[in-house]
Amino acid sequence: MSEVKQMVKELANQYGRSNESLLPILQGIVTKELHISEEAMIEVARELDMSAAQVYGTATFYSFLDTRPTGKYVIRVCKTITCMMHGKNQIIRELENLLKIRLGETTHDGVFTLLETNCLGQCHKGPAMLINELPFTELTPEKVRKIIIEYRNREISAN
Amino acid sequence: MAKYNSHILVCGGTGCRASQGEEIVENLTRAIEENGIENEVQVVRTGCFGFCEKGPVVKIIPDNTFYVHVSPDDASEIIAEHLVKGRKVNRLLFVDPETQQAVSESKDMGFYKKQLRIALRNCGFINPENIEEYIARDGYAALGKALTSMTPEEVIKEIMDSGLRGRGGGGFPTGLKWDLTRKVESDVKYVVCNADEGDPGAFMDRSILEGDPHSVLEAMAINGYCTGASNGLIYIRAEYPLAIQRLKIAIDQARESGLLGKDIFGTGFDFDVEMRYGAGAFVCGEETSLIHSMEGLRGEPTVKPPFPSEKGYKGKPTNVNNVETYANIPVILLKGSEWFSRIGSEKSKGTKVFALAGKVNNVGLIEVPMGTTLREVIFDIGGGIKDGKKFKAVQTGGPSGGCLTEKHLDIPIDYDNLLQCGSMMGSGGMIVMDEDDCMVSMAKFYLDFTVEESCGKCAPCRIGNKRLYEMLDKITKGNGTEEDLARLRNLSNVIKDTSLCGLGQTSPNPVLSTMENFPEEYLAHVKDGKCPAGQCRSLMEYVIDEDKCVGCTLCSRVCPVDAISGDKKMPHVIDVSVCIKCGACMEKCKFGAISVQ
Repeated sequence: MSEVKQMVKELANQYGRSNESLLPILQGIVTKELHISEEAMIEVARELDMSAAQVYGTATFYSFLDTRPTGKYVIRVCKTITCMMHGKNQIIRELENLLKIRLGETTHDGVFTLLETNCLGQCHKGPAMLINELPFTELTPEKVRKIIIEYRNREISAN
Repeated sequence: MAKYNSHILVCGGTGCRASQGEEIVENLTRAIEENGIENEVQVVRTGCFGFCEKGPVVKIIPDNTFYVHVSPDDASEIIAEHLVKGRKVNRLLFVDPETQQAVSESKDMGFYKKQLRIALRNCGFINPENIEEYIARDGYAALGKALTSMTPEEVIKEIMDSGLRGRGGGGFPTGLKWDLTRKVESDVKYVVCNADEGDPGAFMDRSILEGDPHSVLEAMAINGYCTGASNGLIYIRAEYPLAIQRLKIAIDQARESGLLGKDIFGTGFDFDVEMRYGAGAFVCGEETSLIHSMEGLRGEPTVKPPFPSEKGYKGKPTNVNNVETYANIPVILLKGSEWFSRIGSEKSKGTKVFALAGKVNNVGLIEVPMGTTLREVIFDIGGGIKDGKKFKAVQTGGPSGGCLTEKHLDIPIDYDNLLQCGSMMGSGGMIVMDEDDCMVSMAKFYLDFTVEESCGKCAPCRIGNKRLYEMLDKITKGNGTEEDLARLRNLSNVIKDTSLCGLGQTSPNPVLSTMENFPEEYLAHVKDGKCPAGQCRSLMEYVIDEDKCVGCTLCSRVCPVDAISGDKKMPHVIDVSVCIKCGACMEKCKFGAISVQ
């Protein structure tokens, strides 16, 4: 059994095989694989006995379900109006400089992906961003630099 | 259980945690041990205090001393001075901006004086990860009362009489909704909590779930009792990891205590709650979309009727309420509908939580009786506009609402008055804007949001909003005409009238209300090619002040298009026809010689 098939089977055992299980299973795939590949979508369709089109439809609807490969750490900078008032653009510019990528891209080593997202509900502490699930608030270019260095160091010591 | 003389409450909301809240707790605990008073003093991680502007906040009980902007380094001083010697640490007290006096208790601060906390009653008082603290503040007493001494009809009547209306934005009478779900015959029914808060500028649901998750669970169980449902579902957005974590803990603890699960209070009533996670789609806050999302479909809305109360999750009757609405329920049952209906205005009862953000001095979370005026909210509680600037407008209701201006400052805020002013309550986000904010850009921002979040099912919303955005973009770039303004208005009305769900029906509101309240600003953009607020870059010109320029040549070196020329030690000049208005020169100039006009 291929790895993907195995993973989908395990997730289906955990969450069930009804229509309502689809979103939890897709979220499970993202947690494990960082994105949902076409192969995984077809496997999910087979496992849940639904059309691949339905799986594709759901998978592509939600912005937190990535269907393209992403880096290990997905940075989502809040682009909402209050974060914008507090200098979100400066934060993005700093991140682009630090990571040497543009918005929407993934670093060469596959560690970071830089994205924008809608309101993170941290409007009182803007600008804010999420790195995977962890929120960071009241960002300044200096703070961003520190955070990225910390993540980089963690990555180096993990290898 | 150990009995403590003093408690130190440390804000454990996402915001304060991100600014070193955890380190403060660690340092406080260490200092307590060093002073050997660990049997007398307890450190409690609570939910949000609301006064986020001054965070991290630390409060000492029983004398209610309120310390602001606390850093981890202050921990040892707080313990050694306040807890051991009984002397307040004056430098950490809040200073009243008007009198310049230090204020030690929260009830004397302008920020808290006019507030009345019902939905937020436990936020900042209890440890949300400990069910016993919730129970100690009358938690689950309302559920007990309902199950043991009231019929479902009596509970619903109490909610109806209280006049509570949905706090998610629509303002539908909550009791009526419950009654509709109850009256539909079905073997299975569902109770859903809508925690998919996505309005830009709103974060009260997150704070309630982080600070008082049990109040929502209790209310859902009460709803289950009334409607005859035994399954509860909380649909929460993935962006709120801390709220998810605290809810999970709360559900586990409630199950262990027998307050969720089978045969609650020995009455034979079964009720349990499951969590479902959103995946980053704003439209899922609309109840039919939310239900489709839980069913594994694309989060697209369907036409109502049938309403979820007749045909909702898996085709079964489903009661959907928002977090803040649920948080009000236990109090209403305990204190009675009469007490609740005395608070607020004629048609909007109780209180409303507002999230203050933007250019206001005290950003944070506040709860005031319905009918409080905007002036009280922004100036008395919010402490006025930042940096002494002039108030221009406040956007309420997020992308579905509109802006309110100076002339609306004294209107009592409630559902109906806001609708009349061309805005709406929405979930209660308030974004305050000052004279430097361009209203056309603001409308454009919201349209950008709607275009991205529109699910694409109906044409007016999918295509219409995109066209609105393009027109606004054209205007902010100085290419708009007066005909565009007429077109904007016309198209806005078409989108409002023909869209399928609440998202599209309200999305043109920011455009219409800014056009209504600031017509001169739109005209200045299209007629004179000027942005009065100085925010639209394309309409500005960068100029160098000859007197201030010393000719250091730095600006001409950073200019990416070589638009700046001049000899060394001589004033430089910007060639407007070449300038791309990137602003790099202004950032670099050390003499403040470059400005925009």
